[in-house]
Amino acid sequence: MTTSQQTIDTPLLRDAPSEVRRVPGSAWPIGIVAAMAWAAFGAITWRWPNKVAGFTDWAYTEELGIAVLVVAGALLAVALFGGYVPALQRFRESLRKAGPWLIALPVILAAWEILTAKTASLPTPFFAPPQALIEVYVDDWRRLGDSVLNTVKLLGLGVAYGGVVGFLIGVSIGWSRRIGYWVHPVLRVLGPLPSTALLPLTFYFFPSSYSAAVFLIALATAFPVAVLTWSGVAGVNKSYYDVARTMGASEWFLVLRVAIPAALPQVFVGLFMGLGASFSVLVTAEMMGVKSGLGWYLTWAQGWASYVNMYAALIVMALLFSGVITLLFTVRDRALSWQKGTVKW
Amino acid sequence: MVAVVQDTHASAGARIDIQSVSHAFGDGDAQLPVLDSVNLQVTPGEFVALLGPSGCGKSTLLRLVAGLETPLSGQIRQDDVPIDRPDPSRIVVFQDPTLYPWRRVRDNVALGLQARGLLRREGHRVDAALRRVGLEGFAQAFPHQLSGGMAQRVALARALVNDPRLLVLDEPLGKLDSLTRLAMQSDLVDLWQRAGFSALLVTHDVEEALFLAQRVIVFSQRPARITAEIKVDLPYPRHRGDPRLTELRHEALRHLGLDASW
Repeated sequence: MTTSQQTIDTPLLRDAPSEVRRVPGSAWPIGIVAAMAWAAFGAITWRWPNKVAGFTDWAYTEELGIAVLVVAGALLAVALFGGYVPALQRFRESLRKAGPWLIALPVILAAWEILTAKTASLPTPFFAPPQALIEVYVDDWRRLGDSVLNTVKLLGLGVAYGGVVGFLIGVSIGWSRRIGYWVHPVLRVLGPLPSTALLPLTFYFFPSSYSAAVFLIALATAFPVAVLTWSGVAGVNKSYYDVARTMGASEWFLVLRVAIPAALPQVFVGLFMGLGASFSVLVTAEMMGVKSGLGWYLTWAQGWASYVNMYAALIVMALLFSGVITLLFTVRDRALSWQKGTVKW
Repeated sequence: MVAVVQDTHASAGARIDIQSVSHAFGDGDAQLPVLDSVNLQVTPGEFVALLGPSGCGKSTLLRLVAGLETPLSGQIRQDDVPIDRPDPSRIVVFQDPTLYPWRRVRDNVALGLQARGLLRREGHRVDAALRRVGLEGFAQAFPHQLSGGMAQRVALARALVNDPRLLVLDEPLGKLDSLTRLAMQSDLVDLWQRAGFSALLVTHDVEEALFLAQRVIVFSQRPARITAEIKVDLPYPRHRGDPRLTELRHEALRHLGLDASW
């Protein structure tokens, strides 16, 4: 067999990374500019007196300014001398990609600071400066943290139920023509119905608003998961089955070892879409009936016109949901490491 | 080839009897006949090639022999037992390697053993099969990292690991580049001679059929009917420049109605 071996190319060797090495000792110009921008933001916050609009001045103004100046100093040190310390060198390499963002961020933050605290061009209580968010996180972290936990719990329960049920439905209608005959029309008619439309109905039928919310989140997740799992299973290359069948595979083997792994990329697309839908149902449910969670926190803060708390909760929510999706994509990349190019998050 | 690997679990080739088999696609008025009373016998350990214009129904005959479909009329027997379902003693190698992209090469080769619950006990056969096709170094690669020829070798290993008594080859080299193709033709002969299975090869490459098979069956246009049978009375290993092969090639082309260009 060695004769033919030579005519075959070895693509495994083609993927060797070609990395351009940088001169280790030199300074990092963009990093220096970024440090300057952060320093300017810090100085503005600290030294420019706030324009006091209400009864009290903004707390944490001085602390924020000083903290930002410290960050700016650290950044400058890394930019100038990071090349000489091996440990810092790696850190600087990972910062490099974020360079332009490291300049843009302090500029945006400084503009925000000036428009709110320094000139009061954007009026309170609808707008608040960055240090006001710090105040919320410091004073109200217990309630916020509690809300995050409750949201995560509710989301986890709903998505777990919905994901599992949607997956099982998808596999069974993709596999069995008889099940498909009965379930497919139901799915087609009821699936596109937004879960939130069922909100009043479920609050009536379910023993608690919490179980109703779990049900609705599960419903919102299950629909895209079921549809995409089904299309994944139905779209499996038929010769994959032929191959396994000629080798003596049982029906179960075909489902578990052929259909499901082949459909898995589609299942993850379904989970991604299901998560998106579940977020919106989750927040709505928390605003309407469930007495905890970030959605509840939003309505609660709005109740006494504390817009700062709303901003703080919105930021936490954004980070949380983004984190959940990042987690999903990490799991997917693990599970589908056999794929070549895949969608990036 | 590396060293001569003794094949300890090689089983004798199967005898296949195809008795007046006819088959058609679709039903009712829209029926499209593809096979017209085909009679063919493969003796144990024989290498038979089916040659014919593309789309004539040769591949359908292979699917019937593999047991993936049942003929509308007629019967196919393996050692006097009617074939009515797929069986691991008859393994098909398709034109596409059809490796499972989510499995590494080794797990792809292990498919048949795993499907029959033999993997834990007889896992060593997987490595032996990979060695036989010269790909032991690629056990941990994913299919998308392989070239077309390597992928088809993995498909061969995946077939051989089952110790088939009949290897059904459906244009297995059809999509390879011509150099890889020539090399793999020699490899196929080699594997067949050492393992002792019967082989049924579909191809529309006249040279390939004559280089590989002991008997070449020529089919007509659809519905496929056997129009000629060419005995290739040459010992292995064969040589492509052999004048006898050239003669037989002329004969085959004549049966296919293509000798005007000779």
